[in-house]
Amino acid sequence: MTSITALLRTTDWFPLMLSLKVASVATLIALVLGVALGWLFARTRFPGRSLLEPILMLPLVLPPTVLGYGILVAAGRRSPLGAWLRENFDYTIIFSWHGAVVASAIVALPLVMKSASAAFAGVDRDLEAAARTLRQSRLSVFLRVTLPLAWPGILAGSLLAFARAMGEFGASLMVAGSIPQQTQTLSMAIYDAVQAGEDQQALLLVVVTSLVSVGILVFSHRYFTVR
Amino acid sequence: MSRPSLACGIAALLLPLAVMSQQITVSAAASLTEAFRALGPRFEAALPGASVRFNFAASGALLQQIRQGAPVDVFASADQVTMDRAADESLLVPGSRVDFAANEVVMIEPAQGGLGLQSLADLAGPRVRRIAVGKVATVPAGSYTRQLLEAAGAWKTLTPKLVQADSVRQVLDYVSRGEVEAGFVYRTDAALMPDKVKIVLTAAGDTPVTYPVAIVRDSRQKATAAGFVNFLSTSEARQILAGFGFGAP
Repeated sequence: MTSITALLRTTDWFPLMLSLKVASVATLIALVLGVALGWLFARTRFPGRSLLEPILMLPLVLPPTVLGYGILVAAGRRSPLGAWLRENFDYTIIFSWHGAVVASAIVALPLVMKSASAAFAGVDRDLEAAARTLRQSRLSVFLRVTLPLAWPGILAGSLLAFARAMGEFGASLMVAGSIPQQTQTLSMAIYDAVQAGEDQQALLLVVVTSLVSVGILVFSHRYFTVR
Repeated sequence: MSRPSLACGIAALLLPLAVMSQQITVSAAASLTEAFRALGPRFEAALPGASVRFNFAASGALLQQIRQGAPVDVFASADQVTMDRAADESLLVPGSRVDFAANEVVMIEPAQGGLGLQSLADLAGPRVRRIAVGKVATVPAGSYTRQLLEAAGAWKTLTPKLVQADSVRQVLDYVSRGEVEAGFVYRTDAALMPDKVKIVLTAAGDTPVTYPVAIVRDSRQKATAAGFVNFLSTSEARQILAGFGFGAP
């Protein structure tokens, strides 16, 4: 027992905090984009729609290494975007925690998008029409009728997205590196501990990450399941 | 599928197991990748019936796999420290250990768009944002780098700039892509990408970089494993290693 408390005392909690921060920001980005895209797919027809949806779903099925490589190529120093950011803002997402956010947001986006799309499709159009007869603008109808009715589904998708973002590893490692106290997230800390043979440390971090993830899933099931 | 053809199918799946009864698995340091891939077919030709497959990663990660009981027959590390650990934990066949190659640690920078670094002292300058090194805990190139930077009194001040990579080859990749301003790899690694990375200096460390190889105690193919270890000391193997820039031990 004393060894456990000693271990808890000496454990560096930075990776857990960073993972929570990265997952929160990534989920927020995925939430905004996912709701917008989910609405587009549920309510509109536009050219390229049938191609765009599978492309946005790709991060769910592609190996994280493909995504990591893609981000390195697209935003690395030698890429047009990376060079432009560096030249004008002296900024790069490579080896910064922002890189981990980008990777996590991309893998989390399909989860929000799909549930938002399903939730919007399930909203009764008559209620929206009724609101329109009460001289509400389109935006007002969306904010006061459509979004509240679809909200439980969107929230459930967001919690899944958060859990997925917490677990992001491969792409984040490639893009953000595993720099202690800077970009080393929980999953990377576990990987490093296992490689270095620090089994106790690895086990502790595994328990922590499992508890957090189970907590999120239980929470989401209890409060946001659409009944 | 009819019963006879099913039996044939199963037999066809099992056949490779019988044929590959003399197959050995060699876990080797990442820096040996190209040299060992070139050595493999020559070893198989020299020892009829034997076949070899390779598992390349950072030496420390390979040691960890062997510790956990991975079915490995031969272990080739990029440093003595990792091999000493394996020996201390009785993971090796006693007396099977031998040094077969030597190398040097070099500091490199991107060939295009590099800063034109001249010395270790230049790393402290503000234009150097990130420096890639191997993970000190598992990558021998990383611990060599740490030793030489500590000897230069620069390790502590440079720590915030360090990106610790999974293997020496990841360091090479980061430098060649220009994502870091400098990195520390072996001379043989830098030689693989002469148009992408430039050697700034050769590090004169206190510890010479030598590669030991040994037979893993739990190997089930000890004869073939011994054949591979012996092959590394033949003039044929030495020649191939020299072709990739490795020195004699």
